[in-house]
Amino acid sequence: MQLTVNSKRYDLDVEPEMPLLWVLRDELGISGPKYGCGAGLCGACTVHIDGAAVRSCSISAGEVRGSITTIEGLGTPANLHVVQQAWIEHQVAQCGYCQSGQMMTAAALLSKTPDPSDSEIADAMDGNLCRCGTYTRIHSAVRTAAQMMKGK
Amino acid sequence: MARLKTIARRTFLIGSAAIAGGVAFGYYRLRQDPPNPLLKDLKAGEAAITPYVRVDAKGVTLITPRADKGQGSYSIQAHLIAEELDVDPHKVRIDPGPPDTAYFNSRIMDDSLPFATIDEGIMARGARGGGEVLSRLLGMQITGGSSTVPDGYHKLRMAGAVARETLKEAAARRSGVSRSQLKTKDGQVILPDGKSVTYAELAIEAAQLAPVTDVALRSEQEWRYIGKKMRRIDIVAKSTGTQQYGIDIRPDRVVYATVRANPGIGGTIKRYDASSAEKMRGVKKIVPIKDGVGVIADNTWRAFQAAAAIKVEWNDPPYPADSAGMWKVLENSFSKDLLDSRLRNDGDVEKALAGSSKPIEAEYRTPYLAHAPLEPMNAVVLYTKERLDIWTGTQIPVFLQAHAAKLTQLPEEKIHVHAQPIGGSFGARLDDTYALQAIELAMAMEGVPVKMTWSREENMGHDYPRPIQLSRARGTVRDGMVESMSIDVAGQSMGASWFSRLQAPVPPGPDVSSVNGIWDQPFAIPNFRVTGYKAKEMVPVSPWRSVGASANGFHHASFLDELIHAAGADPMAELIRLCNHEPSKKILHTLRDVSAWKGSRIGDRRARGVALALSFGVPMAQVVEVSDTPQGIKIDKVYAVCDVGRILDPVNFEAQVRGGIIWALGHAMNCELTYENFAPVQTNFHLFEAMRFHQVPEIIVKGLELGGEVRGIGEPPVPPAAPALANAIFALTGKRVRELPLNKSVNFA
Ligand code: FES
Ligand code: FES
Repeated sequence: MQLTVNSKRYDLDVEPEMPLLWVLRDELGISGPKYGCGAGLCGACTVHIDGAAVRSCSISAGEVRGSITTIEGLGTPANLHVVQQAWIEHQVAQCGYCQSGQMMTAAALLSKTPDPSDSEIADAMDGNLCRCGTYTRIHSAVRTAAQMMKGK
Repeated sequence: MARLKTIARRTFLIGSAAIAGGVAFGYYRLRQDPPNPLLKDLKAGEAAITPYVRVDAKGVTLITPRADKGQGSYSIQAHLIAEELDVDPHKVRIDPGPPDTAYFNSRIMDDSLPFATIDEGIMARGARGGGEVLSRLLGMQITGGSSTVPDGYHKLRMAGAVARETLKEAAARRSGVSRSQLKTKDGQVILPDGKSVTYAELAIEAAQLAPVTDVALRSEQEWRYIGKKMRRIDIVAKSTGTQQYGIDIRPDRVVYATVRANPGIGGTIKRYDASSAEKMRGVKKIVPIKDGVGVIADNTWRAFQAAAAIKVEWNDPPYPADSAGMWKVLENSFSKDLLDSRLRNDGDVEKALAGSSKPIEAEYRTPYLAHAPLEPMNAVVLYTKERLDIWTGTQIPVFLQAHAAKLTQLPEEKIHVHAQPIGGSFGARLDDTYALQAIELAMAMEGVPVKMTWSREENMGHDYPRPIQLSRARGTVRDGMVESMSIDVAGQSMGASWFSRLQAPVPPGPDVSSVNGIWDQPFAIPNFRVTGYKAKEMVPVSPWRSVGASANGFHHASFLDELIHAAGADPMAELIRLCNHEPSKKILHTLRDVSAWKGSRIGDRRARGVALALSFGVPMAQVVEVSDTPQGIKIDKVYAVCDVGRILDPVNFEAQVRGGIIWALGHAMNCELTYENFAPVQTNFHLFEAMRFHQVPEIIVKGLELGGEVRGIGEPPVPPAAPALANAIFALTGKRVRELPLNKSVNFA
């Protein structure tokens, strides 16, 4: 099976029903997407497939059509995505474990809806749990990222 | 830690007397500094000036021994050392260091003593001194009890100052200029002529010197970091997916594993049949472990699949099989022989009750709750006959080291714990069962690193929860005022359960944790009595963010609100009138003002509740504002005011307060563990949601700095939130909800 992750092609020998999350983490060593629930309930594993936010624990590798972007492909410390810049500016993270997923969901939202309303933000972010309770800063950071995108 | 057993036995034979009388117990001798553990494996060219500062040719490393579970402990520890050492915490290396008794926590016992944390009397201070001695004796390197800041505030700055002066001394010897004429700046010693020498260049010379210990701490005016907005040292890593947690460790040749232990914690395994699991793709080994069975495979998901395919028969653990049976145990625990404590007994409660024509009676219940951090428990372990390496997040590294030594029969110095950043804990990593399981698996794979991960389902079922608690409260009101309050509490002892798993002696004396948050509250109710009954142990339990007060805040502040309403008084005014602790009173005054309190009703669709809880020395009062919507009750706003003495980092302070409130409200709204057939029904986040994004209220935080002792803020935001919410719901609906979670009684939007 072949997958494209962060613009790189990989040849894999895995059973097609293996969830994408575990292909990324254990087979490819891409650890930005996190395991939280394995059941589509927490959002920690969120990646983009052709730009859309997908819970990688709940899609099997065999079902993937399109190219995959993980948090590592969104931006890097040396070349930050606006969402990551906003996350740093607001010091959103506490433990940070949910934040890869939060940022991937936020980035997908903003790419489709560059100027989201409060309820559009809430709708998009509602599937991403943060046990540390960083939600208020996530909200502020999404707003800031939207502003930054406007400025570009 | 090797000495732990004998010392502990001796100490606890002396018992409370030793705790209360630290001075008589060789307190001064024990105040001497323990040996510096960094000296043990110092490499050539490295200087370990104090246990917290290592310098080598590449630069400075700050040792931050308190675990970071998201509360920002690495960052605050680094900033405290850096403040005196004159380095930029973002430009140096940070290392959690080895487990060592030198990193004992001087304040970890505060919350287990039968003295209120605000009690400054001679007995209380003596007991705290004794608690420190005990922690030192047992080498309690523990992260918990909101103690990282109180424990480190002085100690870490001193460590920075000692290191700075020692480096200056090295520079003085090299340059012939006296130390008093040298200055430091950004990791360099500056000579009077403006020339500079970096700390790194001085490492070898500094290593030859005895540390300069007659140092004075800087005055507040000179502070560069403390009290100002700090930037977390891990913020870039955590905003780019590059932060590595324990679960991300992936050494060469690693194999992946998981376990299935008896769903009834404490029950053993009868037999298992792994015949089909063994044949599944990628499975390398099926290994029996304590109370369960583990699977080692070439991928975590394959290990999960195989573990699920094993047929297992379990032996029942020794407690009731379901929640109904567990509550029955508590209901039957209000008996003389189980009476454990009466830490508060002001006035004459019985007389007040007898003198009232209609005493108010109520029963309150709080459920078992899982910590459920988002990062499931995991550990990577490499076992050989010579040494054991464990990479994991832990709040109890010294205990883990001792437990691992016992399990592997290796000496403690051969056990290497590499502490990892933690994806949330809330108390979960005050236990090490998961790591011991990983060790058992690694022992079956000698020379191969084994990475063990709990599935979320395993995690929900084996998270030693917060204990259930039942209270029976009675009280009276007279002339518009609260006249008496008696609360009887029946609960399992968290301490008995947790300390026995740590293989540490259970502290003597009453089980303080099960009544904390009630007996120690700062209210002068004329007749006020708090009685604890120790129910038998059931599901093994552990500390959960804010420990005893997490549940008791609800029991106490809800019932007090009932009495206040019965008296016909205004809740804010009556709390202020009853309050007998000046900082707490200031908090309430400030809360009244910032929330513009004008009573608990605002029109006919909005209402407010107020509660104050004092925990870990921090008075924290909150107003929760709710409204009635067609979708259900909505939490609109929370006002929170507290005093921590001094706020070290306003950015993280606010994050901790908001996070703590969201944590507390979310669990109060919809979380509980209920049991069927010994196992929790709640197996994943669909049944244990807490707060979702759309439910988050606006949170207005005000931290006062009244100048008292510097306190931690990780836990104190939790206890008042649930009762403030329940009190608001009462004000809105007229319905008094006496059991958590609240969604059993009301609907939330
Ligand atoms: S791990 Fe995928 S949604 Fe939780
Ligand atoms: S920051 Fe810890 S779970 Fe979100």
